[in-house]
Amino acid sequence: MPLSSAFIQKCRDLLGDRQVIADTESLRVYECDALAAYRQLPELVLLPETVDQVQALLALCRRYRVPVVARGAGTGLSGGALPVAGAVVLGLSKMQRILAIDPENRRATLQPGVRNLAISEAARPYGLYYAPDPSSQIACSIGGNVAENAGGVHCLKYGLTVHNVLQIKLVTMDGELLVLGGGGLDTPGYDLLALAIGSEGLLGVVVEITVRLLPLQPRTQVLLAAFASVEQAGAAVAAIIADGLLPAGLELMDKAAISATEAFAHAGYPLEAAAILLCELDGMPEQVEADSRRTRRLLQQHAATEIRTAVDETERKRFWAGRKAAFPAVGRIASDYYCMDGTIPRGQLAHVLQQIGALAEASGLSVVNVFHAGDGNLHPLILYDANRAGDFEKVEALGGRILELCVAVGGAITGEHGVGHEKLNQMCVQFRAAELAQFHRLKQAFDPLGLLNPGKAIPSLHRCAEMGRMHVHSGRLPHPDLERF
Amino acid sequence: MRGTDRESQIVRQVLRAIETGQGLRIVGGGSKAFYGGHCTADVVLNTAEHSGVIDYQPSELVVTLRSGSRMAEISELLAGQRQMLGFEPPDYAGRATLGGTLACGFSGPRRPFAGSARDFVLGCKIVNGRGEVLNFGGRVIKNVAGFDVSRLMVGALGTLGVLLEVTLRVLPVPETELTLVYALNEARALNRMQQLSGQPWPLSAMAFDGEFLRIRLSGAEAAVGAAAAQLAGDIDPDGDMFWHDLREQRLSFFQLPGSLWRIGMAPASAPLNLSGRGLLDWGGALRWLNSDMPAETIHAAASARGGHAICYRGEDKSDWMRLDGGLLGLQRNIRQAFDPLTIFNSGRLFS
Repeated sequence: MPLSSAFIQKCRDLLGDRQVIADTESLRVYECDALAAYRQLPELVLLPETVDQVQALLALCRRYRVPVVARGAGTGLSGGALPVAGAVVLGLSKMQRILAIDPENRRATLQPGVRNLAISEAARPYGLYYAPDPSSQIACSIGGNVAENAGGVHCLKYGLTVHNVLQIKLVTMDGELLVLGGGGLDTPGYDLLALAIGSEGLLGVVVEITVRLLPLQPRTQVLLAAFASVEQAGAAVAAIIADGLLPAGLELMDKAAISATEAFAHAGYPLEAAAILLCELDGMPEQVEADSRRTRRLLQQHAATEIRTAVDETERKRFWAGRKAAFPAVGRIASDYYCMDGTIPRGQLAHVLQQIGALAEASGLSVVNVFHAGDGNLHPLILYDANRAGDFEKVEALGGRILELCVAVGGAITGEHGVGHEKLNQMCVQFRAAELAQFHRLKQAFDPLGLLNPGKAIPSLHRCAEMGRMHVHSGRLPHPDLERF
Repeated sequence: MRGTDRESQIVRQVLRAIETGQGLRIVGGGSKAFYGGHCTADVVLNTAEHSGVIDYQPSELVVTLRSGSRMAEISELLAGQRQMLGFEPPDYAGRATLGGTLACGFSGPRRPFAGSARDFVLGCKIVNGRGEVLNFGGRVIKNVAGFDVSRLMVGALGTLGVLLEVTLRVLPVPETELTLVYALNEARALNRMQQLSGQPWPLSAMAFDGEFLRIRLSGAEAAVGAAAAQLAGDIDPDGDMFWHDLREQRLSFFQLPGSLWRIGMAPASAPLNLSGRGLLDWGGALRWLNSDMPAETIHAAASARGGHAICYRGEDKSDWMRLDGGLLGLQRNIRQAFDPLTIFNSGRLFS
């Protein structure tokens, strides 16, 4: 049902024409997020500049029963900001001021549109930084990071967004402004701060965020180890964690990823290796030296064919350059790729990588693996050609099977990208009907009319019932005997 | 660590309570009965016997336990693998259970540096107020599928459901720990804590007991040694005992008569200037206060500094914590969503 002209006029009255987008050409920008395979042209985009405007808009939308899809920088990878038919898109990109850097309390207060990287840049003069660093940190916004509970390369040691946010201000669908968290570390009552982080725009709209800042570490060291098989690299990862080391980052790239990035970024990676590990250690120089010795010993014990230690900052950056260029590099060897996101227990790395290879081969598709091995967070990139009819459907099916494999070995269907629109079906594999019903009741506690990002993140029971029949009939659900967490 | 599976008995008791409409008071080890509001339910649901390890994978740094497991036994189990609970919770002379510890959301001195109780929870199994057994989260450290119900259980005082099983992330025990001690006044101690926190020292605890500032360093022997040399200060040979007594709230400060308040605020906040005696933990972010001032005054002082006060232990618990209007309404809705008949721990969190 199209939006009523009375409603649109009220939005214009509230914001002024400059902050309201209604022409098709400009609306195109908002038809998808970074998961561009799914598109929906929105009817109206609203770009508030103040908290008051957000409150007024939400109250207005509630009065007119208009659903709201909040959007940050649009860099999300699960379709969380994909417009919904009949809804408005509420873009927070104009609210991009850093409100305060408080070095004494090591915190920063931000509007939701502040870019992730800009926080660390503003904190650097004080010897501080903001730890979570999703790969899109140059563009993604802190509001979106909160909505998705974003991770990054360094969350093995420094945690996800939920571990690094002290307080948020949330506008409810009624237009009420709530403060969750506070100046201290723990607050009385239910931990709504933890609940709101990662809630994918279903519970409220985040209009202010206070994050924790950490002191910059005096020393950072990177080791690069090559292996003759992916299994050996996976075993080395498990051994490093089991030994009690906590690297700042521990990344794995398989042969396909190494060759794609080497051709693109010239990082000097060993092309003959079946897999490489990048292990970053940080802390006081004495700590880094001790950890580095232990790590080298473990890598040797686990059959690393070569171990390099970055001799200086230039080489450290070069080691990382390949990893950071992995996605664009893959973009050069395939016309399209689909980035998956699932987590598994680290001990299952070798087994799961082997299984992914087998599933890919059976689908006739290629998969490149480059991911956060230290926390068991996989990002298989499935290569395909969007212009070839039927290819994307094959990709979706393979992606679904990979996520179901993650669940079967005790993992999860998303480690850091969120469910959004993309993984609704896999939610039916991860959770049972009673749990999904509990999620729906929890959402209703915040949003009884179901107006916030409807249809995202939590599938309807009806959808799962449909899907369950589909799965049983085709017998595709792997390991139906395993309990699902 | 031995244990028994009492899940079916617990679920049966919940279903019976739903039928009869009689509220349940959830009790683990009973070590924290003093905490929270007055619980009006009088039928006891005992979880202490529902105990034991479901799964412990030291190489994954993950453990799944039944909720009645004793904290002391869990610590012993982990110590056998040179691992520990990073949030350093109290075990109250061996009585505290995992379920109670998480329901109260208690964390010890390591909390600002390693994370809180909720930060280490990866997943849980609960029975809600409809008698449904539900699983949330999982056994992996990154998981953003669905709402984070596992973390919502932490600090909920049992009002959203009975915790049956919990999966926790654990940490390796640091190679070395060492405590430095400085004789300072409160203002200087606060100042010193902020200065140190802003620099990359291997800190794992900072507390001021009114007389001495103690800081704990953790990490590789060479790093801790180098940090200690640069920071000067005297080495406290009884440091480990001090942190243990602080964690267990056994220091003489905690034995004082009168009401004991926990006040959370930004760590650099100026001293509270309330009458009574104080102790600072968490690098200044947690101010313990023993005071007989009216609750009203203490809540107002905390609120003026952007913080929150909780009456931890005291005669009069009628005003033990405050939530402002909008939040209170929302919290009641959330409770309804899990426990529509108010079966669990009525009055314990809010009346």
